[in-house]
Amino acid sequence: MYCIKCDVAIIGGGPAGLAAATSAKEEGADKVLIIERDNALGGILQQCIHPGFGLTRFNEELTGPEYYGRFTDKIAELGVEVMLNSMVLEVNDKRKEVICTNSEYGLTCVQAGSIVLAMGCRERTRANIVVPGTRPAGLYTAGAAQRLVNRQNIMVGKKVVILGSGDIGMIMARRMTLEGAKVVMVVELMSYLAGLTRNRVQCLDDFGIPLKLAHTITRIEGNERVTGVYVAPVDENKKPILEKEELVECDTVLFSVGLIPENELTSKAGIEINRVTNGPLVNQYMQTSSPAVFACGNVVHVNDLVDNVSSESEQAGKYAARFAMNKLPDAKKEIKCTVGRNVRYVCPQKLLISDEAEKISIYFRVLEPELNVTLAARCGDTVIAQKKEFRVNPGEMNHIVIDSSKLTGDEVTVEVVKED
Amino acid sequence: MLKTDVVVIGAGAVGCAIAHELSKYKIDVLVVDMNEDVGGDASKSNSAIIHTGYDAAPGTLESQLVVAANSMYDELTQSLDVPFKRIGAILPAITQEQFDRLPEIKEKAFRNHVYDVEFKTGAELLEMEPNLNPEVKGGLYIPRESIIDPFIFVQALAENANTNGVEFMLGARVKDIKTENGKIKSVVTSCGEIETRYVINSAGLYCDEIAEMVGKAEYKVVARKGQFYILDKNTSCKVEHIVLPIPTKVTKGKLMCPTMHGNMLVGPTAEDQESKVDKSTTSAGLDSIAADVKNLVPNVNIRDTITQYSGLRPNRNPEGLHFDMYEDLEGYINLSGVRSTGLTLSVAMGKYVVQQMMYHGEELELKDNFISERKGIIKFSEQTPEVQDKLIKENPLYGNVICRCETITEAEIVDAINRPLGAKSVDAVKRRVRAGMGRCQGGFCGPKVIEILARETGRSTTDINKNNPGSYMVTGTTR
Amino acid sequence: MKKEIICTVCPRGCHIQVEGDGKNVQKIEGYACKRGLEYGTAEYSHPVRILTTTVKIDGAEGDLLPVRSAQPIPKEKLFECMEVIRNTVVKLPIKRYDVAVSDICGTGIDIVATKTVG
Repeated sequence: MYCIKCDVAIIGGGPAGLAAATSAKEEGADKVLIIERDNALGGILQQCIHPGFGLTRFNEELTGPEYYGRFTDKIAELGVEVMLNSMVLEVNDKRKEVICTNSEYGLTCVQAGSIVLAMGCRERTRANIVVPGTRPAGLYTAGAAQRLVNRQNIMVGKKVVILGSGDIGMIMARRMTLEGAKVVMVVELMSYLAGLTRNRVQCLDDFGIPLKLAHTITRIEGNERVTGVYVAPVDENKKPILEKEELVECDTVLFSVGLIPENELTSKAGIEINRVTNGPLVNQYMQTSSPAVFACGNVVHVNDLVDNVSSESEQAGKYAARFAMNKLPDAKKEIKCTVGRNVRYVCPQKLLISDEAEKISIYFRVLEPELNVTLAARCGDTVIAQKKEFRVNPGEMNHIVIDSSKLTGDEVTVEVVKED
Repeated sequence: MLKTDVVVIGAGAVGCAIAHELSKYKIDVLVVDMNEDVGGDASKSNSAIIHTGYDAAPGTLESQLVVAANSMYDELTQSLDVPFKRIGAILPAITQEQFDRLPEIKEKAFRNHVYDVEFKTGAELLEMEPNLNPEVKGGLYIPRESIIDPFIFVQALAENANTNGVEFMLGARVKDIKTENGKIKSVVTSCGEIETRYVINSAGLYCDEIAEMVGKAEYKVVARKGQFYILDKNTSCKVEHIVLPIPTKVTKGKLMCPTMHGNMLVGPTAEDQESKVDKSTTSAGLDSIAADVKNLVPNVNIRDTITQYSGLRPNRNPEGLHFDMYEDLEGYINLSGVRSTGLTLSVAMGKYVVQQMMYHGEELELKDNFISERKGIIKFSEQTPEVQDKLIKENPLYGNVICRCETITEAEIVDAINRPLGAKSVDAVKRRVRAGMGRCQGGFCGPKVIEILARETGRSTTDINKNNPGSYMVTGTTR
Repeated sequence: MKKEIICTVCPRGCHIQVEGDGKNVQKIEGYACKRGLEYGTAEYSHPVRILTTTVKIDGAEGDLLPVRSAQPIPKEKLFECMEVIRNTVVKLPIKRYDVAVSDICGTGIDIVATKTVG
């Protein structure tokens, strides 16, 4: 078997892997290798040809290809090595080995000082959310359709219904319309928009595409190609009101119903997974329960902004490099980071206390939308960080920065405090 | 006009098993099916179990054939390279009423000559299957109940029959059967007329329509819908045996069992319906599965579902498995009432049909060059690293993983397309190599499979179907 | 003419009410910041959008070049621009920000590559 040695091996060449590679190299790792299954770097951003990326990081509005282009330029400059068309089959965390396929080299074993997991996420499907009906052609996840339309020069349909008002769903509504399809409607189970208002305005309202909030698809019709879907309003428990069901004719249904971190390799390696995020448990260095393995980006938790993925991944790359060079800070103590009022999850979930004073960013999502709140982190009764927010929303990631020197006790809790 | 000795109508498990058995003899056989792929209808959407026949109606043809068939699978699946496992079934009694019925069920098994059924105590069953309802009072263990890959099974029968000279005419709808002087003369299909001496009607759901063409419409097919859930391989609550409920009058009830590939299968419902094409799932049906199976396995996690499907069992009115030959219609063999045990009994039916043909005067002589071995598609993911390395070096397409969920390489997909009776559609690829059968359901590999199919078969991507004509995947190019 | 505009400058999503003759703003309210005022005014009198799509590459069947308008273009011209882009073929090699279509539909704005290919 072909063998390669490197300091930091990064699985995945999307935005997370690219950012981790640059920071690992900048931190001083000598040989950094990205293992990518596609025939090019950039990951999902290759098909995200629309603008809206980089507003917080670069202070300008970039398209997906422009955004990752800045990183690929940088990794070329820094001398990061890349193995394309290589699917990782196994991560052996004890031996710090990654086994992958490659048509040119055969089965390849990469031996590394540390490993960064940056595999991203996959889409939830029609079957995951159990939409009854037939199983005809013409049902696509929004991302699969996006790949076909934007990368493979293939048009998937002419008359489209979209389930889910997440950003990908709305962006595909605009994309299909610009390519000549008729988007009949976007159907959203919740009573509020899942994605950004901006996308509602520019992707739906601009083209007169109706948005049906608090509605769902109750069943799918058509034996060969889809011929229509039944759409019904839902009650306060999100149960469809079947008496109000109506047939909507279409030849294509796109599902934009959520993303799930892709952690097959992680689970197989026995790394501890958080049941809420579906991603590995990590500390502030983005180190998993297996010390030589780090993780970042959507494999850890699904982000809404690539800008956040980049900064989190730079953290992972930096500390993976330090681990490989044996320079990780000496941990004196480990404390838990837990969820408080109206917080669904936090990331990282563990914090290591060392002599090195750090600013630690804690990312979290809320359970319910709320207005006029204070985001707070506290140890026992002592609030160690807080900030005011006009609005919080489950669809938008929040974050709070804490000063490691202020941490006391065994636990820090993040909560959303409602103001009176 | 095409000319053959035997036309088998229907390329499901039964049709292919008959063709496979006949391929051992010196006789020309042609299998006709309206679908573009072998695998039939009911044969590809069932519970994938090879039964023992313990619960059949004793003394019936169904009982004889199922009981006889079970023991044939070890050797057959070996020589045809079909995934098959004897995992055994357990029949737990949860209520006292169910517990009291166990002796009667065991007695029936004996009358079906299934003698290896054993009583187990509740504690023993929980030992065997820790996720069972802890209130289990006891039950039966049926060791030879087994699981199979139903797609590969039918493909293997068809491929091997094809290797041994059986012709297949797929995508051809039978329009008429011509007879002359009380004898079969020819079969008229949408792809032309075939002169033949025999017609074997193994058309499953449509066998009554075929029978009508020769004036033997003595029964009607009643489609009985069965809905299923498939759960993720990583689901939190799994079982290792086929866990069966105590049967009721209507159905064997809803079961939970592993598939050959480590998923969990949960179902089916049993709903009689008029339509022979409506294979939709319904929320009422799916909800009933979850509710019922929770009685057996309380922690079953339906939320881990990766797909749901339904199949139609071709039930018969009046009921029961029937094999019919007619004195006034020489050369016509009619099979009807092949229902949930059809997959199991298919191989015995093949032998039974041949025997009946001989009994009725057909002189069948064995071929001396019959090839009994069939090699399946090499599964890259199941090889040792050394073999994987070798495979990639011999054929670089093994280095290109197309389906990430099931780790299926481009080489496997190309083999599925190019082998005898190869895949022409996206679903046909899926049924041969499992690309798209994993947790992302083709979200990742679907676009690539369309391109590989187009390339290998020299068609445009717009001509690639999901399965049958009309199920086009894409509508054109953007530029 | 009255128009309600949902502000997209920040996630707050203010509903801005604008009155005017369709071009010039006479009355504007409901915005919460200066950027909102600017957005509401521009969106009322002259809404513009960045257009992103793909262009065919000569000799590379099935490969597409992602492109964007270098600046936002008038909203009402989106479909007209799409027609031109649909019939455009570029030759390789092409670098990020190379022009694929110059001065599209007389807008004075170029359609440029967002990716380097070849």
